[in-house]
Amino acid sequence: MSRDSAAAAPGRTGARPERPVGRKAPGSRWGRFLEGGLLQGGVQGSPVLRLVLRWVRRPLLPVMRLWRRNIQLKVVVTTLLMSLGVVLLLGFVVIGQVRNGLLDAKVKASQSQATGGFAAAKQRADEAAAVNGDDGATGNERSEQNIIQMTAWMTDLVSSLSSGGQGAFDVVTLPASTGGDTGGRGRRASGDVDPTASVPEDLRERIDSNTGAFQSYTRIIYNPTADKESQPALVIGKQVNDPNSDPYQLYYLFPLTQEEKSLSLVKGTLATAGLFVVVLLGAIAWLVVRQVVTPVRMAAGIAERLSAGRLQERMKVTGEDDIARLGEAFNKMAQNLQLKIQQLEDLSRMQRRFVSDVSHELRTPLTTVRMAADVIHEAREDFDPVTARSAELLADQLDRFESLLADLLEISRFDAGAAALEAEPIDLREVVRRVVSGAEPLAERKGTQIRIVGDQQPIVAEADARRVERVLRNLVVNAVEHGEGRDVVVKLAAAGGAVAVAVRDYGVGLKPGEATRVFSRFWRADPARARTTGGTGLGLSIALEDARLHGGWLQAWGEPGGGSQFRLTLPRTADEPLRGSPIPLEPKDSRRNRGLNDAGLPCGGGEKAVTVPAQPTGGQVPAIPPRDPIAPRLGAASVPKADPTALPGNGARVVPRPASGARRQDDTPAGDGPPSEEAGQDEESSRHGEASRGR
Amino acid sequence: MMAFMKGRVLVVDDDTALAEMLGIVLRGEGFEPSFVADGDKALAAFRESKPDLVLLDLMLPGRDGIEVCRLIRAESGVPIVMLTAKSDTVDVVVGLESGADDYIVKPFKPKELVARIRARLRRSEEPAPEQLAIGDLVIDVAGHSVKRDGQSIALTPLEFDLLVALARKPWQVFTREVLLEQVWGYRHAADTRLVNVHVQRLRSKVEKDPERPEIVVTVRGVGYKAGPS
Repeated sequence: MSRDSAAAAPGRTGARPERPVGRKAPGSRWGRFLEGGLLQGGVQGSPVLRLVLRWVRRPLLPVMRLWRRNIQLKVVVTTLLMSLGVVLLLGFVVIGQVRNGLLDAKVKASQSQATGGFAAAKQRADEAAAVNGDDGATGNERSEQNIIQMTAWMTDLVSSLSSGGQGAFDVVTLPASTGGDTGGRGRRASGDVDPTASVPEDLRERIDSNTGAFQSYTRIIYNPTADKESQPALVIGKQVNDPNSDPYQLYYLFPLTQEEKSLSLVKGTLATAGLFVVVLLGAIAWLVVRQVVTPVRMAAGIAERLSAGRLQERMKVTGEDDIARLGEAFNKMAQNLQLKIQQLEDLSRMQRRFVSDVSHELRTPLTTVRMAADVIHEAREDFDPVTARSAELLADQLDRFESLLADLLEISRFDAGAAALEAEPIDLREVVRRVVSGAEPLAERKGTQIRIVGDQQPIVAEADARRVERVLRNLVVNAVEHGEGRDVVVKLAAAGGAVAVAVRDYGVGLKPGEATRVFSRFWRADPARARTTGGTGLGLSIALEDARLHGGWLQAWGEPGGGSQFRLTLPRTADEPLRGSPIPLEPKDSRRNRGLNDAGLPCGGGEKAVTVPAQPTGGQVPAIPPRDPIAPRLGAASVPKADPTALPGNGARVVPRPASGARRQDDTPAGDGPPSEEAGQDEESSRHGEASRGR
Repeated sequence: MMAFMKGRVLVVDDDTALAEMLGIVLRGEGFEPSFVADGDKALAAFRESKPDLVLLDLMLPGRDGIEVCRLIRAESGVPIVMLTAKSDTVDVVVGLESGADDYIVKPFKPKELVARIRARLRRSEEPAPEQLAIGDLVIDVAGHSVKRDGQSIALTPLEFDLLVALARKPWQVFTREVLLEQVWGYRHAADTRLVNVHVQRLRSKVEKDPERPEIVVTVRGVGYKAGPS
């Protein structure tokens, strides 16, 4: 995403590599953040947001990875969260019920207490009114006297009412708001209670407007002088008349301290219990999951070791539960796997042994026949012409039989994976010179000149000289045989981590599609053609196997009537993967390349590209074969190598290429080679349709 | 040169047809073949016939060819040429390590076999008085002896030839192919493992420390040369 924002920054794209490799340093990210997000005036809000999000998420990544990978953690955390929820819910319900129970009892007791109080207040008012009615005081005198009387009465009333419940309740009187006469009387309270602050306003309003008793919850506020904490309380109030029949409000306040204490005790107990339950549940979940996860992890570990080739690994099985069944099934599977692999290995060993025995058993009598035939052949001048010719034929065909047998045994050795590479640093120039001098007699007979190009510098690679020589001898002899008397050029080159030898002839060449088939066993270019030299038909197959054994490539290119080129590419050091070849597969002097140069503009090359059949894509991205020596052997035992071109990763490939200059994306295995002046040339060649065989 | 060449050849092979055919070919070339078909009797036959060369099949009833080769080599430096149907690395290398000078893979042509036998026997024909030095070794070519500080070192004829070839041109680096041609008498390149194995055998006898050779020095990527004397 940072690429988006950075790509949007003008003039920066060119400076950045197309494909950022690896992790970017935080600094550069911030730089890009500034460029991309902030320097653009915050037009793109989302990148900034995403950046911030990523910044926040980054430290969490290991935790998230752990979460994804660890089922035990997942289960334990889920259990903890869920049990926490359950415990919380349970706690709320229980606490609610306890509170209701506690309050219900308190409210009932309070109500009866308050009712009694209200009745007592009414009674006292009535009694006082009867007394007042008896004296005959008049007007103002009576009124003043009455006020004094009322004040005293009210104080008396409050103290007498509250005296019954010292500490259990307090009594408060307040003047009724509707009563005009408030004059200092009415506001009374027992036990240092602040009368107005302790009675809620809405309750007073309700009592003003109604005659019945009402209750509400409140907090008792004490006078500052009393130095007492406020406490929760139930307040019950009623409008009552004084002896003058003026209304006033009488309240009973019942502190709920005790109930609150009980409730908080219950709360505390519940919280403690809940915490324990949650923790214990977590622990239980951890233990239980561990019982399941441990065998699963063990199975995973053992499966990994099994796949790494340690076939004798088994799980420990105890008991008869499901886990034990898993273990048993797993072990049975491993057992069968081991058995099968052993069978395959035995089979492979037997096959190799068989090949070896056949080799011996066949060769000993063949040796005798061979020697006898030679003795007869030597003496053929003494025979009559028919017998003499027979002796010649016998000797010739024995030669052929011998080389066929040798090639068959060689290829069966490859198939059995018994071929071993004995690589040591060799100078390819010497090998080439040996091969060329060996092929000189044949070349002379054919009127062909063999030229060696590129042998000024030593070309050293770690390779098996015997095998490389065999490959090159095969290529050179083939080139001479099919070169129709024209020159054969052997070209050497080294670049990067690779060395290459290309053998170019100007003979009949290859038809489209043949470039891959030449490597097939017993394949012949033209079945009708006379077999002048009597090759076995296995030479190039063996050469390909030899190249593959080196981790190298053997590839062919050819055009009908324009000759062909076979290229052997070897890694400079054994076990180093090849990336390209120093020599382009299609030679510079191919007919198409020359046509292109003469005309000065790209000639279509269409007719050939079209005729080249598209190959299955299997070979386009060859898998790098494992260097593990077991792997090919197993593969050889299980996969019949009927046609090496059919195997994935064996690189039979023909790529018809559009005439655009776009680089191929899939050409790495075919190898355009390390950068050289010919790289472009090689790239061109793929347009033409080439067959590459690698690995 | 054939006429006066000593040519007693012991053929150790269990295949009677092949043995007979070998006899025909060898007699035709002027050798005197004798035969033994059993590995257990091979050593007795060897002591009795005192051959100039042993042709030894690797697969034998009784003692196998490798064992026979080791036993013969323990008491004689006579050239041993193995006949083997297996050109696989291990068999050949094991055979060479057990003391064989050369090997020839079945099926072979009679001429090839004869050429190998002649190459192995040729050495004894040309005793020219010559004194060579290589490292701290003194080689008496005619006397066929190698000495270090007066102590003689026992070498097989092949190992001796190899050492002499190197010592004659101490300035030259010999490729394996050149050594094959000079010492084994191969016309064209064959199995360079022959050279490797025999250089190892030679080193184990003449070097003070075979791990760090001073007499026969490896030139990496090229071949071998004689160490400075």
